[in-house]
Formats: sequence, C-alpha cells, structure tokens
Amino acid sequence: METVTGARASAAERVARRWQEPPGLRGFLTTVDHKRVGRRYLVTAGVYFTLAGLEAVVMRTQLIAPDAGVVAPQTYNQLFSLHGTAMIFLFATPMLFGFGNFLFPLMLGTRDMAFPRLNAFGYWVFALAGVLLFGSLPFGAAPDGGWFAYVPLTGPRFAPGPNLDVYTLGLLFLGVSTTAGAINFISTALKLRAPGMTLNRVPVFVWALVVTSFMVVFALPPLNTANFLLFLDRRFGTHFFNPAAGGDAVLWQHLFWLFGHPDVYIIVLPALGIVSSIVPVFARRPIAAYSLIVLATVATGVISFGVWVHHMFAVGLPQLSLTFFSAASIVVSIPAGIQVFSWLATMLMGRVVLKTPMLWAAGFIVVFTMGGVTGVMFAVVPFDQQVTDSYFVVAHFHYVLFGGAVFPIIGGLFHWWPKLTGTMTSERAGRWAFWLTFAGFNLTFLPMHVSGLLGMPRRVYTFPSGIGWEPWAMAATIGAYLLTAGLLVVLGTLWYAHRRGPVAPADPWGGETLEWAAASPPKPYNFAVIPTVHSLHPMWDERSRASLAEGATSEARVLADGHLVLRTSELDGEPEGPLEMPEHSWLPLAGAGSLFLAVAALLFDRPGFAVAFGVATALVLIRWLWPREAARA
Amino acid sequence: MTTIDEITEPEALSSAPKGRTPSWWGMVLFVATEATLFACLLASYFYLRFLTSAEWPPPGIKKPELAKPLAMTGLLLTSSVWMVWADWAIRHDRRWLLRGMLALTMLFGAAFLGVQISEYATKLSEFTWTTNTYGSLFYVITGFHGTHVFTGLLMVGFTLVAALAGKFGRTHHERVRIVSFYWHFVDGVWLAILFSLYLSPRL
Repeated sequence: METVTGARASAAERVARRWQEPPGLRGFLTTVDHKRVGRRYLVTAGVYFTLAGLEAVVMRTQLIAPDAGVVAPQTYNQLFSLHGTAMIFLFATPMLFGFGNFLFPLMLGTRDMAFPRLNAFGYWVFALAGVLLFGSLPFGAAPDGGWFAYVPLTGPRFAPGPNLDVYTLGLLFLGVSTTAGAINFISTALKLRAPGMTLNRVPVFVWALVVTSFMVVFALPPLNTANFLLFLDRRFGTHFFNPAAGGDAVLWQHLFWLFGHPDVYIIVLPALGIVSSIVPVFARRPIAAYSLIVLATVATGVISFGVWVHHMFAVGLPQLSLTFFSAASIVVSIPAGIQVFSWLATMLMGRVVLKTPMLWAAGFIVVFTMGGVTGVMFAVVPFDQQVTDSYFVVAHFHYVLFGGAVFPIIGGLFHWWPKLTGTMTSERAGRWAFWLTFAGFNLTFLPMHVSGLLGMPRRVYTFPSGIGWEPWAMAATIGAYLLTAGLLVVLGTLWYAHRRGPVAPADPWGGETLEWAAASPPKPYNFAVIPTVHSLHPMWDERSRASLAEGATSEARVLADGHLVLRTSELDGEPEGPLEMPEHSWLPLAGAGSLFLAVAALLFDRPGFAVAFGVATALVLIRWLWPREAARA
Repeated sequence: MTTIDEITEPEALSSAPKGRTPSWWGMVLFVATEATLFACLLASYFYLRFLTSAEWPPPGIKKPELAKPLAMTGLLLTSSVWMVWADWAIRHDRRWLLRGMLALTMLFGAAFLGVQISEYATKLSEFTWTTNTYGSLFYVITGFHGTHVFTGLLMVGFTLVAALAGKFGRTHHERVRIVSFYWHFVDGVWLAILFSLYLSPRL
C-alpha cells in the first residue's frame, strides 16, 4: 500500500472528497447512494415479507383443523389477498431490485446508478405503497378479492367498500416505482459499464435483471391499464367490465395475466441470476455455457409474453387458443431447463465448496425443479382443468416462487452479507437456518399437492371434517410453524453477524465479479480507479485485477475532478466521456411524498387535494429537471 | 480501443461528447412503456368492439364526425415539424430559431387541445362515459391522450423557458432532442387513435 506523501493525496482520498454525503438524519433522508438505497430496499422488502408471512401463519392456524374459528371469513379474505399481493409486489420484486441497486454499479465497475435521484425516488414510492397497502388492514379496508382481483367480484356492484380502491390505487402508485427502477437498471447496464466490459463479459446477474427490466417496461402497462379501468368503473361509473352495458369481465383476466405471467419470470429471472452468481464462486470455476444461459434468459423473457392464457384454461375460451397457449407453456420450460443444466454442469466440472450460500443455491435447484415439473403439468389443458383453483395450484406456485425466489434471495443475502454489512455470518447458524427452512418448506407445501388432488379449493377459510383433508392440512400447518422457525434463524443469524460478527475482508469467497474488488462494505465511490475489464471473470484474471491497483494507470481513470462516472458505449464498453452525476437531494423524498398524498386524496375521494398534490409533484419535477449549467458560448 | 485519456482531454471535453447518454435511453424506454399502455387501451377497444354483435357504435350514437379530428391531426402533425426544426436549430446554435419553433410547437399543441374540447362539448350532449362501454372507451382513450398532449405542452414549455434562460447551445442541446421524442410519440399515438376510434367504425 502506497503511503500519502506531502501535498499529493492518493486517488482514493481525492475521489472520496467528491463523494461525501451529509451525516445524520439529513443524510438519511437525502441520500442517493445506490448502496444505501439498495440496502434500504432489502430491509423494507424484508419487513413486508415478515408482515405478509405472519398473515400466512394466521391463515395456516385457521386451517389447522376443520371448522376452526381463529379469524372471520371476511378477515380471511383480506389476509390471503394481501398476503399474495404483498409477496408479489412488495416483497419479491423490490427485494430483487434491492440486490440490483446494490450490486449493479459494483458489478459493472462504476460509481452509481445512471439516475441516482430516480433511484431514491423509487425507493420512497415503494416504501409508501407498502404503508398504504398494509396500513389498510387494521381498518378492514385491505384488498379482499384475491391477488388477481377478478371482476365482477371486485367491481362496484359486489365490492362497494374501499378495499379494492386500495388495491387499484396502491398498485398504480407502486407501478411508478417499478417502472422507474427498471428504466434505471437498463440505462445503467447499457451506459455505465467499466471500459472493456463488452456484452459477452457482463455478469449473468446483470443480464437477468436487464431482461427482467425490459419485461417490466412491457408487462406493467397491461396491469396499469386494468387497474386504471377498474378504478374508473368503481369510482366514476364507466362500463369497461360491466357486461350489461357492453363491457366484458374476461377482459380483466386477459389484461391481468398478460402482466401476470411475465411477472412470474420478472420475479424468478433475477433470482436465477443470483444463483448464477453463487454457483461459479463455490464451484471454483466459470459458469458452464455462459452464452446459452444468457440466451435462455432472454428467450424466457420473450416467450413469457405468449403464455398468459394458461391461467385461463377453465374460462371457456376457444379450443384453438387453448392449444396454442398449451404449446407455448411447454416451450417455456426449455430455457428454464437449460439454466438448471448449466448450474449442474458447473458444479459437476468444478470443485464444490459447500458454504451456506451454496447450500441455499443447491436447495433452490431441488425445489425449483419440483415446481417446474408441476408447472409443465399445468401446461396440459385437461390436467389444468381438473386442478385449477385447487390447493395443487397453491403448492405449485409456492414451489416456484418460494423455492425459485426466496431460496436464492436468502442465499444471496448470505453470499453478499460481507459486502452489504462488512461482517461475516456464522456458518453453523447458516446451516441450521437452511435445513430448518428446507424441511419446513417441504412439510408445508408438499402436502398441499395431495389436498389439491383431493379437491380442496384454494382460498376457503375453513373446511368440514370427514372428507380426508385433515391430515394434509395439519401437516401443512405444522410445516408452516417449522418454516417460520427456520426463517427466524435466518433473521437471527444475519442480525447477529451485523451486530457482532467478525469483520469481513473485501473478498471472503474468492469471488468472480468486480463487487469483490471493492471494500466490504464499499466506500461511497466504490472504486478509486475505474477498472478495465478483460474477461467475464475480472477477479480471476490478472490483467483486470492489475487495472484496479492505484497508480497503475494514468490520472484519467481516477476521475476525481467532480462527482464523475465514466460513460461507455452500449455494445463494446468503449469509453465515451465522463458524466457528472447528481448529488444528495431532498427532491426524491419530496416528489414521492407529494405523489403519495395525491394518491391518498384520490382514495378518500378528495379531488381538490388530489389535484393540489399532483401540482406539487409537478413542481418538484420541474425543480428536479432544471438544467444546472448554462450553455457555453 | 479508445483510451480514457483521449476522451478526457480538454479538447474532447469542450465538444459535444459522442455516443448516447443515459437520459436518451431513459426517455426511449419511458416512451416504450407509455406506448405499450396505449396499445393495451386500443387492444381493449377492439376486444370489446368485436364482442359486440350489434352495430358499432351502439344504437343511439352516430358514427364519429371526421372534420374536427382531421383538423386536430393536421395541427398535431404540423407541430411535430416545428419540433424537428427546433432540434435542428439548436444543433446549429440558432438560439432564437429554437425559441421560436418551441413556441410554435406549443401554439399548435394548444390548438389541438382547443379543438378537442370543442369536440367534447358536442359529443357530451350525445353521450357520456357512463352511457355505455362505447362511451367509456371513447372518452377514456381520447382523454388519456389529451392529458398526454397537455403533459407534452408542459415539457415543451419547460424547454422553452430553459431556452430563454440561455441553457442550450451548440454542445448543450440534448434535452431538446429528448423532449422531442416525447412530443413525436404523442403525435404517433394520435394517428393510432384516429384510425381506431374515428376511421375504423366507418370501414
């Protein structure tokens, strides 16, 4: 390590001066640092996961035995609706966006996201959307029409209360955050990669989240359209979903699932990207078939837009469309299979070190494959028509979503905990956490396959005795308690490490990608010297590593003349020019806050206030976008 | 490969940097997601229309008159020409031409909204958005587009104010191009609406 001599400060010191943020509460509220925003996403999504998980525990307790009376049917409706809505919209996507926000600039070798203030804004909107949705539960105003909120049940006639207005407005509001995040990820990955990082040197996780972001750009509009039209039907008496006046209820289903099925991959693809980050590190070799796994990710993203009708096989659509969507749904399993075989091949050809993150990744492969197998079964129309809306469906999508997303997310937390917090987690506690969760998960959801085949419909708040469902329901409930215990151990392990775990080195696992070149936790500027990337695994190749050493290169790679990042070309990562980035600001919080108040005013039917807060939001945006410098002559 | 030293030389920094910026991509992606939103609305329109076995528009509602919508089309398409000119002007450092063309764009955009309001005034006496699904579709789709034109006007107005404050010049003109993307998008969507809502019922 070079020592600082005289007036000549080291690169790190000079860059650090340009990347300071105010301390204390002011810094907390105004930060745009992608690492703080990313960690915040993770913590907030974790809180919403806990709340939605507690709802599930209450539901399982209600279903432990026939005719239990733990909660009233109306409450049960809100519990399962909010559980699903929150897990999908407030946990899975934001959690993975949290990983993305934290990791993108680190993996790409830059200093911040492309739009740092938009990033902070997206976080505040997401957090406030969660407040709106969860805050409605104590007032009995939580959504109660299931997470896919089919009309006419959710229309003005059969759902006159405020519950579904919370749903439509809450999701429209949250959509702002998700869309902003997606655009930010794509722009960052296209423009801020380290020089030399051509497209075929981009980490799989980045690829996965970029594909996901493109899917968000095209899949969220159908959902927004559906919610917008439903809100108008409910509040202003339009007739989009009212057959009596020429509308149609199935239109809702088409719009919803045109979003809903891509959304499954919006959740799963980045989680698979986490697995693709963990497996090579712990198999001690580069990922097998990199090109194929990237192509499979892209293919999944494209095909997923052509399978939505398999959620509607029992609706009574024409035979021809059933055939088409059945075939497409079978085809989509091919790219998923390619990814599974790529991980298996990586492990087979490598030398596996079974640390905690790898344990979660391996467990994921097992449960995700099981969920994939039942998924292919659903692509077969006659089978689907038999088991649709039964507990078999509940079992299937928990294998895919809990197995396919929560396992990699927890694995990712263990994997990047040293980077996130600068502390090491306990291996022993991590193993306990895994095996408890793995056992609890299977004990909860495996029996649901059976109760579903026995005819138990989803979403029933209770069931009579003597029809053979009792043992399976009982097993699932016990499993749910075990699963809760496992997740508590996860939480405890991570928390203990954060408070008093041993200090983590910069690169505890011998990692592959650039985030391991930054300090643990990284400095605000991430890298004192912008690295040059020479391969897919820069940390395992000498030339890329050498480019990170201070003083190994010219002044230009330090970029210390301002709050600067390096802009590079989309395909080849050729340097194009330095880019001045915005610094800490009150505007994101002010914008998100006023937009939230506008949405709340709409919810309480106060159009005057809604317009006033809408204008306030516009004023914030005008301030935000005002050019900083005048044109030079 | 270009070296970083080359692009950070004083000479390189004083000219407009090459390549696209994140903001360019941000607006392209924003337009993409907005266009999908309109595609969903128009798809809903045709879906509901083809479910209706009776005539379209439903009995009691006349086929849409074309005079005003065609005038609106002319206004909006012409405004795009002014916008292109504005973008050309600032690339050649013609600052007053930029300001003039932005003002002209706003004038034509505002005229579009004016004609739309007068069209609504006639239509509303015939049917409203609660009359039936046709009414709901008509007002929501055209109204949603109208709010986009209004938003576009705000954006062009913002650009005009910034232009008057001397924020744009030979190397600082990216915002003009980015705002023009949004404006042209709003025009393009109008053509799709013109075809779907006004022309197709007469086919």
